[in-house]
Amino acid sequence: MLELRGLSKHFGGVKAVDELDITVQEGEIFGLIGPNGSGKSTTINLICGVYQETAGTVRFHEELMNGKPPHQRLRAGIARTFQNIRLFPNLTVWQNLWVAQNSPEDLATQGFLSRWFGATRQTRREIATLLELADLEHKSDELASNLAFGEQRRLEFARAAAARPKLLLLDEPAAGMNRQEIHDLSLRIRRIRDSGVTILLVEHVMELVMGVAEQIAVLNFGQKIASGTPGDVQRNKAVQEAYLGTSDSDAPSLDTGD
Amino acid sequence: MSYYLGLAQLIGIHTLLGLSAYVLMLTGQLSLGQAGFFAIGAYSAGILTVIFEVPILPALLAGAVIAAFFAFIVGFPALRVKGLMLVVATIAFGEFVRLFFFNLSWRVPRGDIVVGPDSTNGFREIRYFVANGWSPWEITAFVWTFVILVMAALWWMDRSRAGAVLRAVGEDELATQSVGVNLTAVKVTAMTAGGFIAGIGGALYAHTATYVDHLTFTVLLATFAVSYPILGGLSSVFGTLVAVVFIQGVLVEGLRFMGDWRNIVFGLLIIMAMNLKPSGLFDARTAQILKRAVGLGAQEKSDA
Repeated sequence: MLELRGLSKHFGGVKAVDELDITVQEGEIFGLIGPNGSGKSTTINLICGVYQETAGTVRFHEELMNGKPPHQRLRAGIARTFQNIRLFPNLTVWQNLWVAQNSPEDLATQGFLSRWFGATRQTRREIATLLELADLEHKSDELASNLAFGEQRRLEFARAAAARPKLLLLDEPAAGMNRQEIHDLSLRIRRIRDSGVTILLVEHVMELVMGVAEQIAVLNFGQKIASGTPGDVQRNKAVQEAYLGTSDSDAPSLDTGD
Repeated sequence: MSYYLGLAQLIGIHTLLGLSAYVLMLTGQLSLGQAGFFAIGAYSAGILTVIFEVPILPALLAGAVIAAFFAFIVGFPALRVKGLMLVVATIAFGEFVRLFFFNLSWRVPRGDIVVGPDSTNGFREIRYFVANGWSPWEITAFVWTFVILVMAALWWMDRSRAGAVLRAVGEDELATQSVGVNLTAVKVTAMTAGGFIAGIGGALYAHTATYVDHLTFTVLLATFAVSYPILGGLSSVFGTLVAVVFIQGVLVEGLRFMGDWRNIVFGLLIIMAMNLKPSGLFDARTAQILKRAVGLGAQEKSDA
């Protein structure tokens, strides 16, 4: 469903992403891991169209995405969350979701006036559903900046889901979460996948990735050094070296704890 | 009495000028080019009533549309730059417009006099209201009809999804793009709407003042345009109105005895306001307090 071929992004002399090949199959949870600065977030930004690639192609459902601005990629079905949560802090929770009503269905069924100046019953119902899924029904009139950290994460998920994406890119969603929250998050991610959304998960927290992802690719210095199932990747020597800088360790940071 | 009516007209016109900057500021853009759109509205409508003898209403609307058209054209290149660079780019545009009218001479004989823009000598005899026997009351009512229409339209827009999208762009452009909003379209639309509103203001100004020249439309006027929403805050259109009444009514007119020293008070006030109340004198909290005082606190609903 998502194909990256020879994808490269150079910032001056730095090859943030270098000749990256990745294929994500429809319906899977694909994990993208790697040490700090290995190019994971850059890859997400390339897929979303925030950055222009130096070379290579991004294909989504066979369609070439190169050169398309972010809003068009979203409308094609690629939604994302941010590493540092980026809500609209001075809008209410409800308005945050209102702004995000840009799914292809919304665009097709609503006229200009009702889209921009009214809130149709369908829109209200959709936002109510999103609020319910995010357990934020009672916070609908609260400013986004007044939400607790976990609630902000959930609102960001809901906002991404408002576009009814086919592919959801999660950029380090577990950052700053405790064990219990990570557990809830992994359930949430599975639930989103089961509703028919393919997931590309960029993550630092091994516990989450190893537990939830079916396929994993490992980046180091912008290059893919390994890929396969979580088990394959955990046993891979190159991966252990990238994470620990040594080959004869038993790679504790890749241990999922179970 | 006519002094107060004149002041009321000026306040109305400056409110339109401030609102033209307000729309753009919702999207986080600061434009010092609003005086340019104001000038385009003033000269275009003036030329239409004086040289082509068009009635005021179509002339005014045409002035607004022409100003909006230029705002639309300027919007594409200008909005590719942000922050300070946008300020510089819009100043450049404003000066470009001012210097265009500084040079524009379009003189037409009308009876035993010659009328039309006369480059450095300015554009005199924009006498539509006088020639058609409008009383100061009627002129004031005419001006305020537009002020109320524009304020009502913006107030309504602010509460719609369009308003939420404009504010979202102002808060985080990247996040807004990532939820599927076409950033360029939104910004250019805001710029165009701002140009339209400034154009109405300019057209009204030219006809109430009966005389304009290039010096009317300097960067100082553009500074006033952005000061109103800065002082009044962006929580609602009423903030801009309050700021105009305060600056034009209290500071400029009330402190007239201070001569040009009052400009220092004006500058001081802007600095103080930005430091003490960065979200404006009339911010969300003040609005809440006022609302509670009037007893409609609980009725605000985001899905209005």
